[in-house]
Amino acid sequence: MMLPDPASTGLARVRKIEGSALGLRTPAFAPEEGAGDLLEVSLGPHHPSTHGVFRMDVVLDGERIVRLKPVFGYLHRNHEKLGEGTSYLGSMPYTDRLDYLNSMTNNWAYAIAVEKLAGIAVTERAEYIRVILAELSRLLNHTCLAGFLMQDCGCSGTPLMYAFREREKILDLFESLSGSRMMCNFQRFGGCRVDPSAEWLAATRKLVDGYGAFLDEFEALLSGNEIVMARTQGVGRLPAALAVNAGVTGPMLRASGVGHDLRKVDGYGVYPRFNFRVPIGREGDVYDRYMVRMLEMRESISILDQALRGLPGGPILDPKSKQRGLRPKAGEAYGRIEGPKGEIGFFLVSDGTGNPTRYRVRAPSFVNLTILEDLCLGHSVADAVIILGSIDIVLGEVDR
Amino acid sequence: MESPEALRDRLLARFPGASLELVANGSPSGQVSFRIDPAFLREVARFLRDDPELALDQCSNVTGLDSPDREVVETVKESQPGAPGGPPVVTERKQTRIAPGHLEVIYHLYSVARRHGPVILRARTGNRTDAVSLPSLTPVWRSCEFQEREVFDLYGVVFEGHPDLRRILMWDAFTGHPMRKDYVEPDDYEWEPTPHGDVLAKARRHYPSAAAPGAAQPSP
Repeated sequence: MMLPDPASTGLARVRKIEGSALGLRTPAFAPEEGAGDLLEVSLGPHHPSTHGVFRMDVVLDGERIVRLKPVFGYLHRNHEKLGEGTSYLGSMPYTDRLDYLNSMTNNWAYAIAVEKLAGIAVTERAEYIRVILAELSRLLNHTCLAGFLMQDCGCSGTPLMYAFREREKILDLFESLSGSRMMCNFQRFGGCRVDPSAEWLAATRKLVDGYGAFLDEFEALLSGNEIVMARTQGVGRLPAALAVNAGVTGPMLRASGVGHDLRKVDGYGVYPRFNFRVPIGREGDVYDRYMVRMLEMRESISILDQALRGLPGGPILDPKSKQRGLRPKAGEAYGRIEGPKGEIGFFLVSDGTGNPTRYRVRAPSFVNLTILEDLCLGHSVADAVIILGSIDIVLGEVDR
Repeated sequence: MESPEALRDRLLARFPGASLELVANGSPSGQVSFRIDPAFLREVARFLRDDPELALDQCSNVTGLDSPDREVVETVKESQPGAPGGPPVVTERKQTRIAPGHLEVIYHLYSVARRHGPVILRARTGNRTDAVSLPSLTPVWRSCEFQEREVFDLYGVVFEGHPDLRRILMWDAFTGHPMRKDYVEPDDYEWEPTPHGDVLAKARRHYPSAAAPGAAQPSP
């Protein structure tokens, strides 16, 4: 946290802030008549609680937040422009770098958009493999998120360490299958790249069977913990109507009590064949967001169990399918899936050449950030940190 | 959900005078869209959100699209009176014409309540230079707030009625709109003092005096 120079502000007594006292890109803030002395604080960009290179420009009235403007773009590399200059297949490894915790689901969302655009059918076995990898990715993401959130609450180390222990096991599976822990570049148009071996499937089965026990242990440590409940319950309430209107998706929307899961709504892939429930919250606070993710992991384990049992044989990719030199007919398509962070979508416009004329990424954490200010108003800085943690952002995806 | 044609007819009946065009999609995705007169955009959006049958309560994706000026080659036939009594002489002449470009904003709408979609709205600006305003849909859907800021930042579409229209990914002092097709990155954008032919040529172009043989290297 950086504070303004006390000498220039008279020990944290900033009366009227002209423009921004600390940097660019925040509009002038005029305090209301009769408001107390205000303090402008810049949280981040280099602070572990901001989960990356992210800044919150916060105006405080005493302990209370009266304004909060997120400032980002520090990791911006114009990903979409890169996509326009690359072939359809060439963008696939770039999508790994969006939400770098979940390259498997990024790949899948992009593959679905291209498959819609070009009308490509996916092989049966590949659909199951996609589901298995996406659910493993969801386990990984939610486990990490719980660890990060606890770190933000101030439980230094222990929960995060356990979360990372489990994450490493999933990353080992990703590595042995795709060759890379995090940048998997795994999906292809109409299927996927590598057929998992029997050993890999046995190792996945072992992990899935043991994951429930880990969750029991993790939840015994956290879910009923008095300090965790005191810090997270009633903090950062998000009403359902605002959540829908603000385009909030994923576990955050469901924590507000809206049962909207694209795996059910769109029924993409082979998800309609699996039996699973969509957990929803009631209060829409930070605790509900944590709890919804915990419950979602239980459902993911059930989906994984069903998918591993039902995995059919056959090819993972139609040998005649075109990957390099794909030239879809002129047109456009928007494809979306339920990523671990929410709705990740790709909007592609083709003009009949080998490169898309428009390649747009609808990043869930970018849109979910829209209501950050609404959630934080009236809370303290320490609460803003855990509210941000509960939104679950990844700056690779926010900044693109 | 009703068919796009039925929806178009219903919208035309509800908003007489609005120009509303159904844009076909050549791709197998079959996602057709509605191109709407910017003057009616916000009213139509409100209607789509509040209509109980459609209930498009979620604006999932907002994005820009740039169509630069294009050169169109047309064949013009000219007939001139030929020899007396004979047929007229027809000459064909090719002429080029500049088709003016525009910026376009695309909104993907879904219904969370009724689980259908997408309904896709598009609106075009007048040109790419001075008539780049469109009404903002942030008052209708909050999810447009950051996404419209991004379109403003990267494409240069000015959204009228947006509560806080600032750059979002690029920094304030930045000029230009990088997602436009004709955007040229600055000469010394990634200048690095390595002795590659390309880099040296770029340096010579950008710092003619400093990159001359024997001169001191400029600091990046």
